[in-house]
Amino acid sequence: MSKLIFERHIKDSNSFTLPPLAVPAADISDSIPRQFLRNQHIALPEVSEVEAVRHFTELSTRAYGVDSGFYPLGSCTMKYNPKINEWASRLPGLAGLHPYQPEETIQGALQIYYEMQEMLSEITGMDGFSLQPAAGAHGEMAGVMTIKAYHQNRQDHQRTKMMVPDSAHGTNPATANMVGFEVIEVESNNRGLVDLDDLRGKMNEQVAGLMLTNPNTLGLFEEEIHEIAAIVHEGGGLLYYDGANLNGVMGIARPGDMGFDVIHVNLHKTFGTPHGAGGPGSGPVGVKSILLDFLPRPVAVKKGDTYAFDYDMPLSIGKVKNFYGNFGVIVKAYVYIKALGAEGIKQACQHAVLNANYLRHQLRDNYNIPLDRLCKHEFIANSKRQANQNHVSTMDIAKRLIDYGYHPPTIYFPLIVSEAMMFEPTETESKERLDEFIEAMRAIAREAEEEPELVTNAPHNAVIRRVDEVTAARKPVVKWEAP
Amino acid sequence: MKYTPNPQSVVEEMLQTIGLKSLDELFSDIKAEVKVQNALNLSEGMGEMEIRRRMKDLAARNLTTEDYPCFLGAGAYDHYIPAALEQLLLRSEFYTAYTPYQPEISQGILQSIFEYQTMICKLTGMEVANASMYDGGSALAEACNLACTSSKGRKKVIISDTVHPEYLDILKAYSLSGRMEVVLIPGKDGAADIDTMIKAIDSETACAVIQQPNFYGILEEAEALEKAVHENKSMFIMAVEPISLALLKSPAEWGADIAVGEGQPLGNSLSMGGPYLGFFAARKDLMRKIPGRIVGQTKDLDGKRAYVLTLQAREQHIRREKAGSNICSNEALCALAASMYLTFVGEKGLKDIAVRCHQLAVYAQQQLEQVGMKLKFNKPYFMEFAVKVNDPGAANRKLLENGIIGGYELDGALLLAFTEKRTREEIDQLVAVLGGK
Repeated sequence: MSKLIFERHIKDSNSFTLPPLAVPAADISDSIPRQFLRNQHIALPEVSEVEAVRHFTELSTRAYGVDSGFYPLGSCTMKYNPKINEWASRLPGLAGLHPYQPEETIQGALQIYYEMQEMLSEITGMDGFSLQPAAGAHGEMAGVMTIKAYHQNRQDHQRTKMMVPDSAHGTNPATANMVGFEVIEVESNNRGLVDLDDLRGKMNEQVAGLMLTNPNTLGLFEEEIHEIAAIVHEGGGLLYYDGANLNGVMGIARPGDMGFDVIHVNLHKTFGTPHGAGGPGSGPVGVKSILLDFLPRPVAVKKGDTYAFDYDMPLSIGKVKNFYGNFGVIVKAYVYIKALGAEGIKQACQHAVLNANYLRHQLRDNYNIPLDRLCKHEFIANSKRQANQNHVSTMDIAKRLIDYGYHPPTIYFPLIVSEAMMFEPTETESKERLDEFIEAMRAIAREAEEEPELVTNAPHNAVIRRVDEVTAARKPVVKWEAP
Repeated sequence: MKYTPNPQSVVEEMLQTIGLKSLDELFSDIKAEVKVQNALNLSEGMGEMEIRRRMKDLAARNLTTEDYPCFLGAGAYDHYIPAALEQLLLRSEFYTAYTPYQPEISQGILQSIFEYQTMICKLTGMEVANASMYDGGSALAEACNLACTSSKGRKKVIISDTVHPEYLDILKAYSLSGRMEVVLIPGKDGAADIDTMIKAIDSETACAVIQQPNFYGILEEAEALEKAVHENKSMFIMAVEPISLALLKSPAEWGADIAVGEGQPLGNSLSMGGPYLGFFAARKDLMRKIPGRIVGQTKDLDGKRAYVLTLQAREQHIRREKAGSNICSNEALCALAASMYLTFVGEKGLKDIAVRCHQLAVYAQQQLEQVGMKLKFNKPYFMEFAVKVNDPGAANRKLLENGIIGGYELDGALLLAFTEKRTREEIDQLVAVLGGK
């Protein structure tokens, strides 16, 4: 059934053709010495166009996107991806631009960059943005680099540590490490928020800053954010905002006003651009004025009526990516913000938070919700009741949801809640969809009680059953080999 | 436009269900001093028709390679993209999906990544490839980072300045970590100064890096460097161009330990520099150290062939601060475009394209020399070369006046790239304008 493209190989079946050669047919060996030429056979598959089209179409039928159905994957903000955005990014006047074209030939593109920087600054309360990073973790890295460059520029070389809460996304500590910081974990209190005493105790002259997600990964707003910022700033550190959860506050509260110095935003989460099965994303990095000089270069500037790239940034960390970021993604997010406007941005957030609280409320009779109070865009439930009763785990519930036609929530994260299920419905789901999903979750809770094997053996209706991940990791087969 | 499907009446019903009176109450945990007091200073929302007009206007203020022949390369190339590929990428099961964490409903995506990994291995000759990186430059920085962090305290990255200048700038930023010390060796006559690079290798050296073809389009003589690097038990890293690999010796044939490169030429539009994809391939024994997602083949409970994200113990979501890289999202859809591209053009097509690019470049060189112009460097090249001009800026402006997007401006030269899309007429026109007729 599911043949690999290599197994569809039929010799001479590919008929791709170039136009006739209109220049003299020079012999390669006259111009490229033999020591540079390839001897190794490549062995790409030869497949006709129609068979190739069917192959990839068939692959798509064994995939599940937001357009396929409800996708409550927590911390990933799987909102609807408007189709007008796709249209815009493919306009020949945008998709056909070479990054090194003279600036006078790309004024429209530069205007998009410039306005995007301005709009993101307004939404987040920052003083400037660089749109260069290609993903959230990449934006985090650029942001943490600006913190490092800031301290170094002040000749403050003893700040070798970065604080990260125990509820943080894995990218936070990994990023701090990539930039050469030692990671100090800050504990959460019993309300799921940063433990202020622990933070105070750990803040000192060796700490470069604190990386924080707000709302945090439990979906809870850090109520004492001003106090947190004061502790870090008074200790000489800077405050980093992980924008993964910006959808839970945009239009309502701004990280810049909360006291954050640097932020990355995920255009592919908050601003409606598609996730592309794992990318491309875009992770613009924004800063307060004290960090503007350190942003990745160049940034777009406006001089009179013309737009330009400003490379004159001697303190810049340099570049984190070729050219100017994922322009095609930036275009989509630009259209998204223009479509929604100020009111729409706020309303998107309000509805996202309403949907999350509604879902939380409707699931609490059947599932344990460790921190069952007002949440922002997402919340955590777990399988404690099901596990205690019939050894039905979070993994089982997730797999059973697939049988009901849903993408499972994020599972086993955050790490500080055992058997966590993290639900983020987003604002683009109707009450009707949510109610259907709630019914499915309740049905699974009943099954876990009455017929647990149905759940522990799920999925039953997917194209495959559960996979052997252990063998996959122990004896890795990471490419196809000809038989 | 709004993409919130619940009308006000339903919103009120939902609020009532959860025991709240207004949407504002949903934010009662946020103190007033942190809240936005007035509306955000953004324009009012727009409908689709207004958006279309605005975006068309913005696009019309650009001059596109769709309408003007483009001789710019320098790391981004104007290759033909098959129509079938463009349409298939709009299958929204692909583009609206997330990373395939749940294998049971992501087999199509996982299989496509497995196929991509296989094709990258075939192209580079290497034994293992990941599911993609952000782009060529960041892939190179990650490769150098891997060499440094896995070589027990060795920090030096010996790199030629004939590598793409933006890659060097990225490497510089990544070296803020303090784990890499970049030793930049100036090139000689447009090629890497291999002798000086070899002399720079010492017990602190984690790796040596060249780009093939290099930034100036020139083919680098890599043999002696590879030997010296390996004698020193350091890693040999190559940044390569994927289409050239149909013709040129693969990094595996050169003896590279890690091969990276910019995958844009494989079916991804120029798009002002992104999104593109970086490919990353390595020797088998580095499999458990390489950054990024990797898909592996396994079986399901019924013994059916299946695919799954594997070797995740390397990654940030498991290892946190001990992970080798922080990469999470990659460029999956661009990687899918790359494997579709390689499928639609096939092996013969890829070779035809590589040969055509080279032949057009050779023709252009001959025509330029006939009108008295000279190449800046007299060395073998693939599809890109630098031609001497007195004033590169003026030359480009003149080309633009004649409806041609010129080259990348170097000191006293223009770097020109020739893809299979360029015609004889376009090249003749380029030569006529540059030659001063």
